[in-house]
Amino acid sequence: MTRMIGEQDYSTLAQDLLARASKQGATAADVMVADGETLSVQVRMGAVDRLTKAREKRLGLRVFFGQRSASASTSDFSRDSLERFVGETCALAQAVIEDPVSGLPEPGQYAMAFPDLSIYDPTKLQTDQQIDLAIRTERAAFAADPRVTNSEGAECDSSSGRIILANSHGFLGQYANSSFSLSVSPIASDGAGMQRDYWYGVDRSFAKLESPEAIGKEATRRTVRKLGARKVPTCSAPVVFDPEVAGSLLSHLCSALSGYALYKGASFLIGQLGAQIAPEFVTIYDDGLMPGGLGTRPFDGEGLSTRKQAVVERGRLTSYLLDTYSGKKLGMASTGSASRSIGESPSVGPTNFYMVPGTTAPETILASVKQGLYVTDLIGFGINMVTGDYSRGASGFWIENGELAYPVEEITIAGNLKQMYANIETIGTDLVFRGRIACPTVKLAEMTIAGQ
Amino acid sequence: MTKNEAGALARFGVTDREIEQALGRVKVSTVDYADLYFEYCQSESVSMEEGIVKRATKSIGQGVGVRATVGEKTGFAYSDELTPKDLNIAAETARYIADSAEGIAPVSVTHRPALARNLYPHDRPDIEVATCDRVTLLNAIDAEARRYDPRIRNVMAAYNTEYKVMLVATSDGLMVGDIQPLSRLQVTCIAEENGNRQVGTFGGGGRIGLEYFQKDQRYLHFAQEAAREAILNLSAVDAPAGVMPVVLGGGWPGILLHEAIGHGLEADFNRKKTSAFSHLLGKQVASEVCTIVDDGTLPFRRGSLNVDDEGTPTSRTVLIERGILRGYITDKLNARLMGIPVTGNGRRESYQSVVLPRMTNTFMLAGESDPQDIIKSVKRGLYAVSFGGGQVDITNGKFVFSASEAYLIEDGQITKPVKGATLIGSGPEILKQVSMVGHDLKLDEGIGTCGKEGQSVPVGVGLPTIRIDEITVGGTKA
Repeated sequence: MTRMIGEQDYSTLAQDLLARASKQGATAADVMVADGETLSVQVRMGAVDRLTKAREKRLGLRVFFGQRSASASTSDFSRDSLERFVGETCALAQAVIEDPVSGLPEPGQYAMAFPDLSIYDPTKLQTDQQIDLAIRTERAAFAADPRVTNSEGAECDSSSGRIILANSHGFLGQYANSSFSLSVSPIASDGAGMQRDYWYGVDRSFAKLESPEAIGKEATRRTVRKLGARKVPTCSAPVVFDPEVAGSLLSHLCSALSGYALYKGASFLIGQLGAQIAPEFVTIYDDGLMPGGLGTRPFDGEGLSTRKQAVVERGRLTSYLLDTYSGKKLGMASTGSASRSIGESPSVGPTNFYMVPGTTAPETILASVKQGLYVTDLIGFGINMVTGDYSRGASGFWIENGELAYPVEEITIAGNLKQMYANIETIGTDLVFRGRIACPTVKLAEMTIAGQ
Repeated sequence: MTKNEAGALARFGVTDREIEQALGRVKVSTVDYADLYFEYCQSESVSMEEGIVKRATKSIGQGVGVRATVGEKTGFAYSDELTPKDLNIAAETARYIADSAEGIAPVSVTHRPALARNLYPHDRPDIEVATCDRVTLLNAIDAEARRYDPRIRNVMAAYNTEYKVMLVATSDGLMVGDIQPLSRLQVTCIAEENGNRQVGTFGGGGRIGLEYFQKDQRYLHFAQEAAREAILNLSAVDAPAGVMPVVLGGGWPGILLHEAIGHGLEADFNRKKTSAFSHLLGKQVASEVCTIVDDGTLPFRRGSLNVDDEGTPTSRTVLIERGILRGYITDKLNARLMGIPVTGNGRRESYQSVVLPRMTNTFMLAGESDPQDIIKSVKRGLYAVSFGGGQVDITNGKFVFSASEAYLIEDGQITKPVKGATLIGSGPEILKQVSMVGHDLKLDEGIGTCGKEGQSVPVGVGLPTIRIDEITVGGTKA
């Protein structure tokens, strides 16, 4: 006999919890149930380093007593525990203060159709198969250059899961998704020291995952080129962001466009809707329906339809990222951007958030720089979302007369995000999705670089 | 059997026999070491903004993690069900790496030491204190911050509390349990004046309860400090850019030690020789005025533990003694593979994660300088007293950390506040630049969370006032 609960049972379980909450006096409620399984293999120096296998489940309940609300989550699905859990959640809601804006989305707003978005691949990998993929990736990294002498290891992960959302307005939706990833972190050394970098592939479909050989080779290319890095003198210069770090500029934009940051006064983009925040050639989309996308989902964390929307259109800020609550606070409708951790009230987040590629090849962008910085890594958290002030540790390459002259490290780049978006000078053609957020190579006219 | 262990066993509803059988399944002859880690964790968060305590969340989780190690290999599985059947499935999965037949004989767990001490005794954990008491506290904080200055436009405050019960049973025959409370209060204020908006934050806590914050109305101090920092930043000027002397204030700026050297001294990186410190044991890595320890035994501190997550009592480990690199912080796996002592630093975020060597409370011992003299010694530089987060690249040793409250020093005097700047340096080099150490050692307020391999654990840091002769300051004013 198996204790695995079938899909039917989870929607029944969700309905059951809604009924129990109602019986305890809740005026509205929603339930989210998630379960999934993961197999993670890490190898190092050609042998298995760590093998992790797990199946887990979790259930989140949010209840409303009029305008008071609380959320809770548990991994214990036994009948007695759940009865106590519903009671405790209801008690918690009655301990907080009334919030006139709180509540579920109105009936009639919910997603009605659940198109197939190609986000679930039922392929089940065997443990040995994943070990083999990880070993091949690390081997490819070593084979690509003799200066790779050590490794932080290679990793192959597969996971799948499903999410069920139900609420007391009658919404019931569910979807399954999967993810396959492969990565390696080689270490290269020379007389002067060691450098490490990393490369990865990730996809919802196993068949589309990049080959171990391609990932290993790219990881080594990124690592060995950092050897011999040095500082540069403090100066102001143009800065070119490679696609990996350019994505972080979009990620800060998402944070600044979050309805929660905006209504709390904690964003540097307050009141900028409709304003020109970047040059005319900058257009940014958030697309929740992109087939196979890592941020794709048929409905958001409140059950509203996701969509493709322009966030920045020809440089003009055209949309915030809102859920029902933060939308109401700003006097606007939800943009279907509710994201949800199990047992938390909604927050907002991007789906597949990307900058439309430009027409200039990345090599041509580098060639356009006489003296400047090509950034490939950023570390640290020196970003003030309230003011947009930006200062982060950077490493990459110094550009001289359009060529990468030498690797640099232990420097910072600083500016203000508002000015940085306005200072975008060129966008590359090289848009590739490796996560929810994707950006081509981007050149900024000027930033302050602190070094020697 | 200790009170904590008895409480833990009852909580999980697992018998000795079931534990011994599961250990027997996983600890086959080729396995060097195996353990079962049971955990129950309940957490609650209440938060306020716009003057309303509008959010309350609660989370309950329990499960078991089963681990086997063979040489450098680790097999790991976890389950959120605790039946004998689930225990056995997890044991079988963890054993996969051993490549040998199923184990049958139970491993007897006979060594059940009483905890030598309780670093965080509590009469009543926060989780049993009525939520409305925390709501009252948050309301008072909001009022105090707004009273502090009318330019404070919004106050966000959150009280998070966690109650964790753990029990670990190992193939060495050891079984030990602990109850680990953890609470934190965090306040953020936004100030506004003529369209200039600035933020200030203050937080603290530890393995303590509500009474800690109520004592002498300490929570009001939290509100005042967050408000003060926000107001101060309204008049902040652009930070300078370039190399200059920097004076770090006591307490939380100790995050420098955590990032610059602490991670680099975690045994796993050194066993794999991927740390910039891998070949530096016994060598001079800091100036002679620097002695740095990791100490998990400080009462009520956020980074403290009675025992680590492998059942080893925590200890005080000297990392750097008068500038010389003395030791690494270890868990059982890395200590065994490296042939060095177990320091009680084997930690995990939860039953869903593997044990890694992690810091507890990391700080520099007090020196002899007067803090005032340290500031006076700087002609032109930066005085940084509070920081946001930091990060390090273990392999090349480069680290950063970002100031949230800092001032210019001009001719030995603290002058204007400056906007947040990131400091960047090299771990094995930076402490050689420390020329003065104050006699004013201070531990942080209890807000640190350290991330490694995707796992978060609470940590503490501490520092006296110190002078760093040269470090790169990443401001905008070149």
